[in-house]
Amino acid sequence: MAYEITVLTTMAISILFALSLNVITGFCGQVSLGHAAFYGIGAYTAALLTKSGIPLALALLPAAAAAGAVGFVVGMASLRVRDDFLAITTMGVAFLFVGFVRKQEMLGGEIGISGIPSVAFGRPGLLALSLLCTALFVLLTVHIRRSWMGFAFDSVADDEDTARILGIDVPRFKLWAFVIGTAGAGVAGGLYAHHIRFIGPDSFGFLESITALVMVIVGGIGSIWGVALVAAILSVLPLFLQFVDDYKLLLYGVLVFATVRYAPGGVAGLARTLAMRIRR
Amino acid sequence: MSLLKVENVTMRFGGVAAVEDVSLSVDQGEMLGFIGPNGAGKTTLMRIITGVLRPQTGRVLFRGEDVTRWPVDRRIRAGLALAQQIVKPLASLSLVDNVALAAGAHRMVSPLAALLRTDRETERAKAGALLDFVGLGDALSMMPTELPLGDLKRLEVARALALEPVLLLLDEPLAGLNQGEARAMADLIATLAGKHRGIVLIEHNVREVSRICPRIYVQDNGRGLVDGRADEVLASPELRRAYLGEELA
Ligand SMILES: Nc1ncnc2c1ncn2[C@@H]1O[C@H](COP(=O)(O)OP(=O)(O)OP(=O)(O)O)[C@@H](O)[C@H]1O
Ligand SMILES: [Mg+2]
Repeated sequence: MAYEITVLTTMAISILFALSLNVITGFCGQVSLGHAAFYGIGAYTAALLTKSGIPLALALLPAAAAAGAVGFVVGMASLRVRDDFLAITTMGVAFLFVGFVRKQEMLGGEIGISGIPSVAFGRPGLLALSLLCTALFVLLTVHIRRSWMGFAFDSVADDEDTARILGIDVPRFKLWAFVIGTAGAGVAGGLYAHHIRFIGPDSFGFLESITALVMVIVGGIGSIWGVALVAAILSVLPLFLQFVDDYKLLLYGVLVFATVRYAPGGVAGLARTLAMRIRR
Repeated sequence: MSLLKVENVTMRFGGVAAVEDVSLSVDQGEMLGFIGPNGAGKTTLMRIITGVLRPQTGRVLFRGEDVTRWPVDRRIRAGLALAQQIVKPLASLSLVDNVALAAGAHRMVSPLAALLRTDRETERAKAGALLDFVGLGDALSMMPTELPLGDLKRLEVARALALEPVLLLLDEPLAGLNQGEARAMADLIATLAGKHRGIVLIEHNVREVSRICPRIYVQDNGRGLVDGRADEVLASPELRRAYLGEELA
């Protein structure tokens, strides 16, 4: 049972993390190569708080707020840049975060934070909390999709100059995407810290940012269930197949290449095409 | 009252002055024809008025307010709309959604309000009516990529109308339409000028412009040439000179 719980918790957290990037990159079309920084901010915030005796369920709120606040600042800084420059800026944020954490004694510096307390009701408790948070975030993103905010995001992702000509306040919507997405990543990070019970600067490196992006691209940019499915699979694949863990980057490269080349709509797009064929 | 005032606006791209020291005003309820040869700076002036481009010198006043430093979307929400010469449909949205988005733009000032609202039916109904009005009533759920240029031009017009502008800027809306269609579209545009709404119609089709616009403004090489009553402008030597070698439709 313990093993299954670990697998499911890993899946739930990964889904939350990937879906949080999906709001920024999938819904709003803003490529981010630094999403792990916000995952890390949430992880460190929550870990420090639970170590001082606050229950995780409560600590997740400040974790979300801290990540969202930094997300707001990065979003502000990113408003002036687009496309490749945005990618480079957000990548810079990821490196900045790791560099900063390494030098902070309060955050454990190079060594990181260990002895993160277990959650109420132990592993099953954490699984329940993770499932709850992920389910709430799924509901939120489903709602966003249906709302006028999602409608505005569609237009920004499609062509922001045209969105502006239609009266959409593009910078404000982008900022909201950043804040919602980074806050979600903060919650995922808080859960992750209590899943692994040890965090260090290397837990939130560039590879983690890439991982989330791969999940979004392969799942089908913007598709909630597609991204969730791919996140669930990719997150636990290394547990079953050792070589996946060893050749992660290679696997990601192949997956992204194959998606971009043969199925730009990702898994969700493939399923749509398939469903249409069957109906005919 | 003057709805739009452009004062001594200059826009240079590198060494080229696309618009040079241009002043122009449009009144409420006015229907202004705007003609000029290729490269005259007509589109550039529309981009300056909507805020896509910031002029090096000069001011733009809209409803008495200096909007020169306003971002595009704020000007649009203040009552401007532009149907662009180079069509810009949102490729991922159906026609009806392209127009519905514009119809709902005024209610989307705040992202929070946008988040709390899911119902699109009112806007879709309005979009449907507008698409029908411009002759795309049968294509509501089609994607922009499935349409010929002439229809995308109609979509541009429908989308601009959905914003319920007090000043409607139309940049060559008749391009891509055959003679009969152009005439019908011009008639339709003529009905849009109201007591409160002003229209600027850029067109190479001088025949239709002179038919529906009581006033015509001519620009050439970035400079304003003539501005006045349509019949007088069309008979003026300046216009002949601007179109020297070209045939007037
Ligand atoms: N973004 C730009 N960068 C550089 N030059 C530009 C730019 N936009 C326009 N121009 C130049 O400015 C001049 C005016 O162009 P503009 O498109 O405004 O003319 P126009 O009157 O709309 O012409 P047309 O009737 O062909 O649409 C042209 O010489 C054009 O090449
Ligand atoms: Mg032009």
